Amino acid sequence: MLRYTLKRALSLGLSLVVASLVIFFVIEVVPGDPASFMLGLNAQPDTVAALRSELGLDVSKLERYLAWVGGMVQGDFGTSYTYRTPVTEMIGDRIWVSLPLALYALMLSTLIAFPAGIYAASRRGKPGDMAVMGATQLGVAVPNFWFAMMLVLIFAINLRWFSAGGFVGWEKGIPAAMKSLTLPAIALALPQSAILARVMRSALLDVLGEDFMRTARAKGLTRRQALMRHGLRNALIPVLTIIGMQFSFLLAGAIIIEQVFFLPGLGRLIFQSISARDLIVVESVVMLLVFMVILVTFLVDLAYAAVDPRLRSRT
Amino acid sequence: MMLSRNILFGGVLCLLVIAAALISFLWTPFDITQMDIPNKLQKPGAIHWFGTDHFGRDIFSMIMVGARTSLAVALVAVGIGMGLGIPLGLWAAANSGSWLDELIMRGNDLIFAFPSLVIAILITAILGPSAVNAILAIGIFNIPVFARLTRAGALPLWQRDFILAARVAGKSHARISAEHILPNVANLLIVQGTIQFSLGILAEAGLSYVGLGAQPPTPSWGRMLADAQTMVSFAPHLALIPGLAIITSVLGLNLLGDGLRDYLDPKIRVMRS
Repeated sequence: MLRYTLKRALSLGLSLVVASLVIFFVIEVVPGDPASFMLGLNAQPDTVAALRSELGLDVSKLERYLAWVGGMVQGDFGTSYTYRTPVTEMIGDRIWVSLPLALYALMLSTLIAFPAGIYAASRRGKPGDMAVMGATQLGVAVPNFWFAMMLVLIFAINLRWFSAGGFVGWEKGIPAAMKSLTLPAIALALPQSAILARVMRSALLDVLGEDFMRTARAKGLTRRQALMRHGLRNALIPVLTIIGMQFSFLLAGAIIIEQVFFLPGLGRLIFQSISARDLIVVESVVMLLVFMVILVTFLVDLAYAAVDPRLRSRT
Repeated sequence: MMLSRNILFGGVLCLLVIAAALISFLWTPFDITQMDIPNKLQKPGAIHWFGTDHFGRDIFSMIMVGARTSLAVALVAVGIGMGLGIPLGLWAAANSGSWLDELIMRGNDLIFAFPSLVIAILITAILGPSAVNAILAIGIFNIPVFARLTRAGALPLWQRDFILAARVAGKSHARISAEHILPNVANLLIVQGTIQFSLGILAEAGLSYVGLGAQPPTPSWGRMLADAQTMVSFAPHLALIPGLAIITSVLGLNLLGDGLRDYLDPKIRVMRS
């Protein structure tokens, strides 16, 4: 297990280095100099030059890359060009909206998908199965931001159970904060839970055909007991893969959903920074998102090995 | 043999959307550039089937023209993904185990680490928002999807006797890939193609919604939704109808993909008959 973990950790580190290189050099080809953009058309050349050196833009690209990465390793993402505040602070405020939102949605998606998938698999070919499959087919086709607007229309505007947008902040208490994330989380979770339920169902159906399931039935377990005791754990591997992939979809999806609900998360930050040409913020937020995705992939790999000991010896 | 319900229903939905897009080149009930402020925000009715927007433009006509944008963006994005992904996958499978294979596959992993929306945001940050850049962003994300699938489908084929025969006959790897491997993975690719097409439509709508896709005056379903957002409380049809248009096309493509998978898979066909 240790060797396996080390090997995965090495590949994690390598992916991060390559990702940071790609992000840095992609952003660096952006036409237009942030300093002259900030100072406007009538700026004097020496003022622009002074600002360039203040922002650290006057050294070579390699030095800037190393400074950027070196800073990030120590938790320092640099200083925003436009707001003149540390990027770490700006991210720190907003990640407490985006990350809980993605996790909340992941939890909801799993809570909906597991029972739905298990139910459909245990009723294979019967009306119950067909109803669940029909619902998931529809769920996959619904754009989450449209679904979000419909939720606002029904639960915020007509029923007035929730506010239509905005975030009250964690200092108002966890229940209040969770409440303002509930509609966004449902909107994010529903299409993903449809995918997950389908995967859960087909993974279980694959397992049902295995010999050990026949043995379990033969020793007197009911279909349901065999499914719960022996089927579920074995069906979990493909399901875990999808849950890992969904986290990155949810994180990216949160960027759009934040726009629907006017949530002050990383998505809002990234769009504001793009229009202000605040490249250091764009770079850092993108790097952070990619870091979280790569980290989750790593954790899923470890979770595999925990669920299926056969995988530890392989690779 | 009979076509399944999925293929029929999915096919009809797809044809509906394609027909709307094609007919819009020749005819729409109203001119979509024509504002008609006195008739703004009308509910769906006899004259304006889907109602009018805040400028009095006919929504039915806008949906028809918007179908063009959605289909075009998704089609070209799938084209990019297939055009680059399939050769890469074939190449990797033909040289499996070599450093080239490793390089292609690790490159794919890297693209997968960037959620497609994040790629789109990066591209927009550099090149500015437009339909072309949306295509590019969705297309780049499609490349590893097709490369992986092609490689996975092609790898076991290289062990088969008919490939061995072709090698003995002195055919090059490239020729074997094109003449023998590709036709045998085509079914897989067609099915994945319909799925990526539907994901492309969803992605285009999402990008247009946040202002990173097609720019005015090009109509797009995603932007219609963005425009509708502030008016949803008093004119819900503005949000409802473009959403239903997106759902119709995505549902149609997914059903078609499911149906084709069953239809093209010989194992399932045997079970049915």
